[in-house]
Amino acid sequence: MLTFECPYCGVQADETELSPGGEAHLTRHGPESSDEAFEGYLFLRENPRGVHFERWRHSFGCGKWFLAARCTMTLEVFGTYAAQTTEPPQDILDKITGRRPGWRRLG
Amino acid sequence: MSEVTIRKQAPRGMITLRGDLSVPALGAACAEVNGCDLPARGQAAHAGEAATLWMSSDELLLLLPQADVPDALTRIGAALAGSHHLAVDVSDARTLFSIEGAGLRDVLGKLTPADVSAAAWPPGALRRTRLAQVAAAIWLRTETEAQLICFRSVTDYVEALLHTAAKAGQVGFHRPLR
Ligand SMILES: [Zn+2]
Repeated sequence: MLTFECPYCGVQADETELSPGGEAHLTRHGPESSDEAFEGYLFLRENPRGVHFERWRHSFGCGKWFLAARCTMTLEVFGTYAAQTTEPPQDILDKITGRRPGWRRLG
Repeated sequence: MSEVTIRKQAPRGMITLRGDLSVPALGAACAEVNGCDLPARGQAAHAGEAATLWMSSDELLLLLPQADVPDALTRIGAALAGSHHLAVDVSDARTLFSIEGAGLRDVLGKLTPADVSAAAWPPGALRRTRLAQVAAAIWLRTETEAQLICFRSVTDYVEALLHTAAKAGQVGFHRPLR
């Protein structure tokens, strides 16, 4: 069972109370961008076996989007944070490297 | 025995109010229309049958007599003029149930993935969650009484769910049977 703390409600929300929104921290490339950049934005994802940064929506709760760092191999959750965050917060990164010495963020 | 009683409540006035909850005029307007303080995050404030429920960081649900709703909307609109907000009468879009009895945590535990233990969900707290396949807001008024709000379109479904989960044959997990 995958459980995230909603950073807005403060409740422990079960995976089935949430909607997944794919990889977090993407940079949008719109109509004026090159075909290559647009393809990368639409289709290309890191998808490592391990630590992921993801978007989730508390759809059966407050309805808000938030971001989460978790491991897709062990389902360990490193933390959740507000959707209005362009890069993973330092405390989350520290927690990941504490649990995964030598870990490096891809991309 | 810890029987649990499910009752569909008579229609209640409900106003959804969205806006910046830290604006003093918003709290004052709520207190003026239903006599309740602003609830803390994940809580509900009540005064008699009136209540204000914390639904999200920018959303409240005000419960009040249905006849008072039009006047309350006018007063909220006047008090928050110039401050970005939304106040809507949602009375006809929601149904209110009461769930009473010592075994209510066991009944809720059959239907929601939320942690219904006393440690995670103390009396006074409100939680929006999933009840089988539909959304619901559940306010634990006391250890033995909960109020549940769902969309009116799923009233029959929720009523059947609650009655099925409350059938005789108690679980006794959250309150051991004697
Ligand atoms: Zn939430």
